[in-house]
Amino acid sequence: MDIKRRALVDRLASSNAAMSVLVVLLGFLVGTILVLAVGRDPANMYRAIIQVVSGFDLARGTWNARYIGEWLVASVPLILCGLSMAFAARAGLFNIGAEGQYIVGLTVAQFASFYLPSVPVFHWAAAVVLGMLAAAGWGGVVGFLKAKYAVSEVVATIMMNYIALYVSRYATQLIPGTNTYKTPSFPATARLSNSWLESVTNGSRLNTGLFLALAAVLLFWFVMEKTRTGFALRATGFNKDAARCSGINVQRSLTLSMAISGAFAGLAGCIVALGSFGYGRVLAGLDGYGFNGIAVALVGNSTAIGTLLAGLLFGMLQSAQPLMQSRQIPKEVTYIISGLVVVFISLRSGIGLLLEARSKEQAKSAARKGELRDE
Amino acid sequence: MDMGDKNAIELLGITKVFPGVIANDDITLRVRENEIHALLGENGAGKSTLMSILFGLYDPDAGTILIRGKEARIRDPNDANALGIGMVHQHFKLVRNYSVTENVILGIEPRTKSGNVDTARAERRVQEISALYGLQVDPHVRVESITVGMQQRVEILKTLYRNADILIFDEPTAVLTPQEVDELMSILKRLKAEGKTIVLITHKLREIKEAADRCTVLRRGRLVGTVDVASTSEELMAEMMVGRAVKFRIDKAEAKPGAIVLKIEGLTVRGSKGHDAVRGLDLEVRAGEIVGIAGVDGNGQAELIEAITGLTKPSSGRVLLKGKDVTDSSIRERIRWGIGHVPEDRHKNGLVLKFRLDENLVMKTFDREPYSGFAGLLDFRAISAHADALIGQFDIRAGEGSATKCGSMSGGNQQKAIIAREIDLSPELLVVAQPTRGLDVGAIEYIHERIVAERDKGRAVLLVSFELDEIMALCDRIAAISKGEIVGVVEARDADEREIGAMMAGLKGKTG
Repeated sequence: MDIKRRALVDRLASSNAAMSVLVVLLGFLVGTILVLAVGRDPANMYRAIIQVVSGFDLARGTWNARYIGEWLVASVPLILCGLSMAFAARAGLFNIGAEGQYIVGLTVAQFASFYLPSVPVFHWAAAVVLGMLAAAGWGGVVGFLKAKYAVSEVVATIMMNYIALYVSRYATQLIPGTNTYKTPSFPATARLSNSWLESVTNGSRLNTGLFLALAAVLLFWFVMEKTRTGFALRATGFNKDAARCSGINVQRSLTLSMAISGAFAGLAGCIVALGSFGYGRVLAGLDGYGFNGIAVALVGNSTAIGTLLAGLLFGMLQSAQPLMQSRQIPKEVTYIISGLVVVFISLRSGIGLLLEARSKEQAKSAARKGELRDE
Repeated sequence: MDMGDKNAIELLGITKVFPGVIANDDITLRVRENEIHALLGENGAGKSTLMSILFGLYDPDAGTILIRGKEARIRDPNDANALGIGMVHQHFKLVRNYSVTENVILGIEPRTKSGNVDTARAERRVQEISALYGLQVDPHVRVESITVGMQQRVEILKTLYRNADILIFDEPTAVLTPQEVDELMSILKRLKAEGKTIVLITHKLREIKEAADRCTVLRRGRLVGTVDVASTSEELMAEMMVGRAVKFRIDKAEAKPGAIVLKIEGLTVRGSKGHDAVRGLDLEVRAGEIVGIAGVDGNGQAELIEAITGLTKPSSGRVLLKGKDVTDSSIRERIRWGIGHVPEDRHKNGLVLKFRLDENLVMKTFDREPYSGFAGLLDFRAISAHADALIGQFDIRAGEGSATKCGSMSGGNQQKAIIAREIDLSPELLVVAQPTRGLDVGAIEYIHERIVAERDKGRAVLLVSFELDEIMALCDRIAAISKGEIVGVVEARDADEREIGAMMAGLKGKTG
């Protein structure tokens, strides 16, 4: 029995997924203590969260599915930007540029909705494809520079973020009828709105983007785990030298992974543009989804399913903010919790060591009882 | 007068358990004052764990430590230093852009009256110690500009500067060239002559024979025994270490060289430092023979291999594989056309340590049938079946079979995995670099046999090794390399170790 328990602890310590769950729980624990410390009732925080994910208002005993819809709307770009970060990370790259790739996707989708023929389905589909392609190019350039000239992808992507932002602002203002902050409304055929999703969520902004995001999660998993392209990317990510020695084209792997990474972030931009807004925006600043994606991928261990769950978690925190404030919980608590989760994730190896030390204690006592003598 | 009977170190009944393994199981080791005591064992036998306990890096689960007869509690390396115990680690712990003196005094810097570091005094002291033990280290130079052998002496200096009189050497020769090994052996003897006690962790019998007085053998975490080196044969020590009789000679039939497989013409390769590392080199390897490149590390061997395998483009010259010019071909094409490569650094270039064993075994073939099918989909069943076959065929020991992460396998089994993968490609030409570095006797024996078996199948084998013994034992022809040129080629059967040694040093020999 001792051995069984030890095996469990070992597995926990070595399982990234379990560690992520533990870290999230820890984040909430500290968040709860903070709420107590400022003299508010933490139960209200959890009521807000329950309302976001289930639609139930426990205080009033009412149910409204719109909350669920808004939760998913907030989660979709986080999931996609998380996938963007995760995909590059698996190939050993640190993509800080999801923000810029997101902007490129968003901007191109906005243009496409004004300049493509207003044919149902084709209109938004073509806008999304163009947005993704442009963002893939935006990311791919960085991958190419990294592969060919060893330009640091971190520096390059940070700079590309600002180029994307200001080019987007300038270009969007060229659309006729645009004022300092918005364009005229999109044609209806360019919108990602989905009347069925709207009706089941009681009129939320939930749209076809949800399905696109789920398809992206599936595609991520499939490419990464099941294809030879994914194999080459993972090998490159773990050990570039060994991959090269084995005949894997490392330059191609790096460029490709940044391009696909950019496409995920670009998709997020398209969905926000065509799903959540009825008009194009002249961006005043960064939306922040790209940067939050870094945290999402970190908590999700850069796996497809992990990133999906982490995206839902961060989306939940984000959409719980207004509900918390109406219950006298400072919304800053959600930022603190997400911050703590990221800090704890970074401490993962430390927590792993603690668990290992525990299991060693147990191994020791087991050895004393002679259970381990195998020969 | 009889110093021999006083013990400097007594480790009594030491037990240390890691999750799932007993690294040390009730081990007792007594090291006499002023002796060189070898600690012999295969990788994973528990040598390093035992010495880490002595040096305060691990806490033993059971057992007592006596230093000079007094019970000691060593909680960390500072305790060990205070007891006069110093350790020369296998992987040096030096600040590369500091001078020798700065490295030596780091952490215990002498101060002037005004509180500054008294570099002048420190340098004098370092100079004195260096002279006393014949270390010949220049205290002023930066560590990054001196050879690996010199860096090791800086590590020795560090322990001596801290007044250590018990010195632990962890696999000190693993990183050294043959000459440096000889020099280290004389330093060890000098240290002993000056009254130091030395523990030498190693799995190389020759070094034990040369330097050590007594030898304690560990196997799988247990004590096998302590023997007097002078009166014990190498064979017996090897048997104690491995647990069975070990062959020292490689049985191999006369080579039957066939057609030329690899032909190198006037090859010049630029090295990483900007100079020509390989200079107009010519070489031929025929089917059914093993050609060895004998030379001291850093004479162009690495660049030569890179040019053959396609990792580097040569600046001039040609590489021909069975008459076909492959000089500008990609790495992938060369693999397909039959160049197998067992790289020198198996962790950097050979394996993806975070990949599973089965994934590593298809690293070069994953993109073709039967491992990749329609639309580039991986066939995991074929991949793991392939791994199972190779695991059986090459006796790769891995805890969880084909699903084992390569990082958790022993060095010997990692190397077996690489050899298995390369031989399984059934290459026309097998390029093997340092195939047995850091491996234990059992694994070395096995890997040598497989290389000879490839030769007997009619493959061409090019072997690069810094261990002349290995070259002499394994090769049919030996080419000595010096400063990027082949100085001479001799038939192994009438090769003379001294002659090759002279050629390695750059003195012209005969070509043939």
